[in-house]
Amino acid sequence: KYKLDNRKSNVDMFNLTGPSRTNRPDNTAFTQQRLPAWQPILSAGIVIPGFTLIGLAFIGVGVALFVTSQKITDLEIDYTGVAATSPCFKCTSFAAENCMCQMEFTLTTLFEGPVFFYYGLTSYYQNFRTYGVSKDGYQLSGDTYYFNNPQDSCAPYQYDSNNNPIVPCGSIANSMFSDTFQLYQVVNGMKKQVPLDGKGIAWWTDYNIKYSNPALVNGSFANAFSGTVKPVNWSKPVYELDPTDQANNGFLNQNFLVWMRQAALPKFQKLYGRIAEGDYAQGLPAGNYTLLINYSYPVISFGGTKKVVLSNVSWMGGKNQFLGIAYLVIGSLCIVMAMVMLIIYAKYKFTDDDEDM
Amino acid sequence: MLRRRLNRLFGGDEKRVDSRTIYVGNRPCPATETFIPPKFCDNRIVSSKYTIWNFLPKNLFEQFRRIANFYFLIIFLVQVIVDTPTSPVTSGLPLFFVITVTAIKQGYEDWLRHKADSEVNKYPVRVLEDGQPARKDSEKIKVGDIVEVVEDETFPCDLILLQSSRDDDTCFVTTASLDGESNHKTHYTVPDMEKDLQSLSATIECEQPQPDLYKFVGRMHIYKPEHDPAVRSLGPENLLLKGATLKNTKKIYGVAVYTGMETKMALNYQGKSQKRSAVEKSINAFLLVYLCILISKAVVCTTLKYVWQSQDGQDEPWYNQKTEKEKGTILYVKMFTDFLSFMVLFNFIIPVSMYVTVEMQKFLGSFFITWDRDFFDPEIEEGALVNTSDLNEELGQVEYVFTDKTGTLTQNNMEFIECCIDGFQYTAFSSELDSFCVTDGPVSTFQEKAGREKEELFLRALCLCHTVQVKEAGPDELGGDQVDGPASEPLRPAEQRGFIASSPDEVALVKGAMRYGFTFLGLESKTMKIKNWQNDVEEYELLHVLNFDPVRRRMSVIVRSKSGDTLLFCKGADSSIFPRVRPEEVERIRMHVQRSATEGYRTLCVAYKRLSVDEYAAADAGLREARLALQDREEKLMAVYNQVETAMSLIGATAVEDRLQEEAAQTMEALQGAGMKVWVLTGDKMETAKSTCYACRLFRRSTELLELTVRTLESGGRRREEMLHDLLFDFHRKAVQDAPPARAGVNRSWSSANPEYGFIVDGAALALVMNPSPDTNCSRYRSLFLQICQNCTAVLCCRMAPLQKAQIVKMVKNSKGSPITLSIGDGANDVSMILEAHVGIGVKGKEGRQAVRNSDYAIPKLKHLRKLLLAHGHLYYIRIAHLVQYFFYKNLCFILPQFLYQFFCGCSQQPLYDAAYLTMYNICFTSMPILAYSLLEQQIAIEVLLDNATLYRDIAKNAMLRWGPFLYWTVLAVFQGLIFFFGVKYLFSNPALQDNGQVFGNWSYGTIVFTVLVFTVTLKLALDTRHWTWINHFVIWGSLAFYVVFSFFWGGIIWPFLKQQRLYFVFFNMLSSVSAWLVIILLIVLSLLPDILLGVLRKPRGPHTQQLSKESLLYVDRYGNGARRFPLAVTCSWRHSG
Repeated sequence: KYKLDNRKSNVDMFNLTGPSRTNRPDNTAFTQQRLPAWQPILSAGIVIPGFTLIGLAFIGVGVALFVTSQKITDLEIDYTGVAATSPCFKCTSFAAENCMCQMEFTLTTLFEGPVFFYYGLTSYYQNFRTYGVSKDGYQLSGDTYYFNNPQDSCAPYQYDSNNNPIVPCGSIANSMFSDTFQLYQVVNGMKKQVPLDGKGIAWWTDYNIKYSNPALVNGSFANAFSGTVKPVNWSKPVYELDPTDQANNGFLNQNFLVWMRQAALPKFQKLYGRIAEGDYAQGLPAGNYTLLINYSYPVISFGGTKKVVLSNVSWMGGKNQFLGIAYLVIGSLCIVMAMVMLIIYAKYKFTDDDEDM
Repeated sequence: MLRRRLNRLFGGDEKRVDSRTIYVGNRPCPATETFIPPKFCDNRIVSSKYTIWNFLPKNLFEQFRRIANFYFLIIFLVQVIVDTPTSPVTSGLPLFFVITVTAIKQGYEDWLRHKADSEVNKYPVRVLEDGQPARKDSEKIKVGDIVEVVEDETFPCDLILLQSSRDDDTCFVTTASLDGESNHKTHYTVPDMEKDLQSLSATIECEQPQPDLYKFVGRMHIYKPEHDPAVRSLGPENLLLKGATLKNTKKIYGVAVYTGMETKMALNYQGKSQKRSAVEKSINAFLLVYLCILISKAVVCTTLKYVWQSQDGQDEPWYNQKTEKEKGTILYVKMFTDFLSFMVLFNFIIPVSMYVTVEMQKFLGSFFITWDRDFFDPEIEEGALVNTSDLNEELGQVEYVFTDKTGTLTQNNMEFIECCIDGFQYTAFSSELDSFCVTDGPVSTFQEKAGREKEELFLRALCLCHTVQVKEAGPDELGGDQVDGPASEPLRPAEQRGFIASSPDEVALVKGAMRYGFTFLGLESKTMKIKNWQNDVEEYELLHVLNFDPVRRRMSVIVRSKSGDTLLFCKGADSSIFPRVRPEEVERIRMHVQRSATEGYRTLCVAYKRLSVDEYAAADAGLREARLALQDREEKLMAVYNQVETAMSLIGATAVEDRLQEEAAQTMEALQGAGMKVWVLTGDKMETAKSTCYACRLFRRSTELLELTVRTLESGGRRREEMLHDLLFDFHRKAVQDAPPARAGVNRSWSSANPEYGFIVDGAALALVMNPSPDTNCSRYRSLFLQICQNCTAVLCCRMAPLQKAQIVKMVKNSKGSPITLSIGDGANDVSMILEAHVGIGVKGKEGRQAVRNSDYAIPKLKHLRKLLLAHGHLYYIRIAHLVQYFFYKNLCFILPQFLYQFFCGCSQQPLYDAAYLTMYNICFTSMPILAYSLLEQQIAIEVLLDNATLYRDIAKNAMLRWGPFLYWTVLAVFQGLIFFFGVKYLFSNPALQDNGQVFGNWSYGTIVFTVLVFTVTLKLALDTRHWTWINHFVIWGSLAFYVVFSFFWGGIIWPFLKQQRLYFVFFNMLSSVSAWLVIILLIVLSLLPDILLGVLRKPRGPHTQQLSKESLLYVDRYGNGARRFPLAVTCSWRHSG
């Protein structure tokens, strides 16, 4: 059934003109398999210098990466509160509502800015398949038809128990990270708030194109959401996420956008804000700091932890030793292999070549 | 179809009696009381498979019968039904692509067939209706219609010739389009046919349609009002086949006996045996392995998922509540659907596009064989022909070559060399074309003479005992040119006069007789005319021709001379003649025959017999009766022939030289150098065949010959069976037990210290080995025989019947290790072995086109075999083997990261790559480079391959598709898959990869892995490519560029049909991150390092091959140019030097 040559025999079968036509094959380079060709050969003469060059280049890049990564400072503060000694232990019980806890830390040197403020979670699977599909892209792009008719993929957070449509629907939105943070520097016993800039923490395209808010209804943003209910776990509706900045509400809330971009691995961190203003534009000066946490996000039930990460970034992003070390290792590996090959070739191959001459 | 089924229902009675009755002109006949018009199929040719209406269902059905397609259909259905991680599109689209490509191709082929069909079916023909020819479409012809055909028209169906415009009731046809024989064949009208066809009342009884072109038996009953019904026998000479063309005859009338799909031509073009290549078996084995990997992956993941979920809080964390539906499902159903989901997720590990790529590669690749100008033979103006593209790579795997002798090793271009009359030897005049040497001293022409009477009788026999035709073209020239006498112009008339015969021996003999002065002038209305020494024309009435057949190995004619003597002339092989003549005559001639045979000539013995009136009458009656027989006609004829051809007297013998094919010796040497064992299977005599083997350098002076023939079997004076037993064990000890082990891989010339053995066996001895008497141990002999054969450098099997040839091929094919066999032959007697072997090669020789038709590949000359195997076969094998391994490799390292990702997403079947990437990976991003590679790669240049036959051994025994290389590729794929996944994972230990501190999500992760994957896999192929044409550059860099462009495009637009814009600007963001760039470069280099290292440490090919080619250039200079004729060349050169 797959015979590709049937055609030929069948045409011949009925083509009764006989074999008289001249059928000398075309004399082209292609038909004669003589197309001009470059025939590279991985010979020692190419590979040994090649390896050396690659090795040197890699070592160079590796050193740069390593040094850069070393220069990056980061500070991790775990505030899960599993241990009874932890200031946040009190918030881990179910009864605690609107629980606030404080973590103290001290910087001995200047924490160079701009400092990025991340929150991190572990054992949190944002990459569950059913979790990942549980959102409605049309709804999030501001299409009000889907406000009243969320897609089935949002189940079980499609409609609430009264059969009202949820906006934004789905598990991802519903489980949005709800802890909030305030950072204070303790100066002479006084708490001085360090401003956290929550702008520009989400991808530009997410903020400007992919997500958009519904048009105002009767001049009111909230009216656009009438007939819908907020996600079950949320305390505030989506149009009131940021009481301080009206523009940072709805689907364009930066923290919401950051949350909606699912993390790749169960241990992840997400950007919360930047410290780049006022007195702290150059970084966090040495001193004592207090992190005030509005603790509301439960992680203990699934064995997760929560942390805050303060870090500055370089051209390569956040602190990551892996890349620099990998480059160094592979670079040296290349050099070593080049040496080994050189020895082998010096011993065996060169004599062969002489014989060939 | 329906009609045929009805036919079967209603026409059942006819079928049961194995014959059909045809009413000529569809008129009722007096003999039959009730005229029931029998139902036969109409004359419509349907070679197309589909109609517009059934194309879709039928084609789809056929495609899904293929196991791989069916597998993907199942996966697709699972995706549609079960809630799976990827949308049905991801596997549906590639499947759709594959199915569509195949359907378009098959649809196109079928469209061509439809066109060809309708051209034939609408062809206007003339059918006699009420005595007047009426025009009709060809498809309207019914069985029983009388059809008119004029010169140069083709017959629209199988016809019985009723009337011809020629006086002698014959017509000429050429069957070039049927079997390629372009000579004119004579067909005869039914004897004593009335002139008025309108009043003819007759029925024809003939066998049911059968595909054999050369067999037909039938009987015609002619009813005349006042006479008893007359019966005429019908044979193949009365049957005009559809597809043949009328020549040299103005007009004929014939009655249709077989129409449409029941014509012999149509029957012949139905279904040929499907040969499957060894590579495909490897593919299937690998597929099984991958299927196991797939299933075990799915099982592991399913198990892990439930183990993991049994931990506290992990089954249903608060942030990922189950839906009502999920909660309601029973645990086992859920497990099963999870298993299916994992299968779907990992199903890409089975390369969906591999089959279609392999098909494309084979189909397109075979064009390089047809296009090759080295295969073009200017004489026949034809190149190589590829009948099946399925076996291209098998050409690179041949271990045993079975070759026919006549027409394959030799040219089948016969030249009359000498003859022996009554024990005296005569040599032909030397011609200016061929240098001419006699081995045992000069024997000048007619020095010692036999009696003149004997000479004349001998020459008459040569002139009469044949089926040669004189070409019609120049009947006028004949008379004039011939008068000068043969002695003065020995060659001119022979060249101008075209003799046409089915076998070139016959022409050689007739021409030989002409040189001696007896010229055959032609056959006219059963009268053969010959011109004798006195330039008188003698006329003989041709009474009977007892045709040649390979079993009898002789042919005879019965003629009546002017003087009223009835003579039988018989010529044939010595073995078939000697027992039938008086023993005392034999001895004198036997010596000459044997000497001629050792010199490599083909010998025939000529005998005659004078038939008395009674004898003739008996023979005549016997022959007529046998010819009328409807059943077992062949056997009956044979019996009569054998009866008639007895008690003859031997006149003499002829020796005809069959020259070796061009470069026969070089070709054989190259094949042996390539590690192939060459077996010569021939129907010829041992001596002739042996000398040919020497001439082809299959046997050498140093070769020790082991002979298992009737002669050696009978020499001991003991029973044959005992002797056979002893000889077999003796040979076995010599060739197998004493032989140093494992000579494979060592060039013949280097192993000269070891004795070489050549094995000779003949048909009779083989029959003893294959079917010994019941008391002996049959299988023991067979295995001994096989072992001996396998340890000999060359094997010669002579005196083989066609079926025995196939038997030998089959025996070797099924022996231990199932070696790949190749048969090459040119004649009808080679068809069975061509069909039997893994690869069948037809030589477009002089013995018609049957071998070519049944072959897988056809080449004009034997010498082309060298390039076909050493260059094309080698390259195709490397190409397809690499293609297959690469396909499995690229899919494993594609899917492995996705598998590993399951460990980091709670085994939730989350795909790592976006659906678009999953879909496009196999059909767009990585398919073209490998296709181009598999069509264009030449790791070793063609010239080098041709010059160094030993390179062929490097790929012997499926070297590149054994488990070793497969394991290497698999390990490589696993290594790379691990690197891709974990490299990116360590990078993502801090997902803040941009200098603005923003973080990357899971789709960025997948895209980085995928980018590394596509680049690595493509560059890996680039590393393997040794032959970079512009096409390779174009597709390799083009694919990479296409990937980048596609990613930009796919991520650059909000696609309204997508529910989730997962990849929106992911690729842009990835490229804006320096870390991503660096990790991509790092991982690509790291993945390719081991391959580069291995490539360097392996023996470098470059200088090596250059050196080799230099050597072989010298070699060509030394051994040189063109064909040699072994015995003559050797003795001649010896003379020159002496």
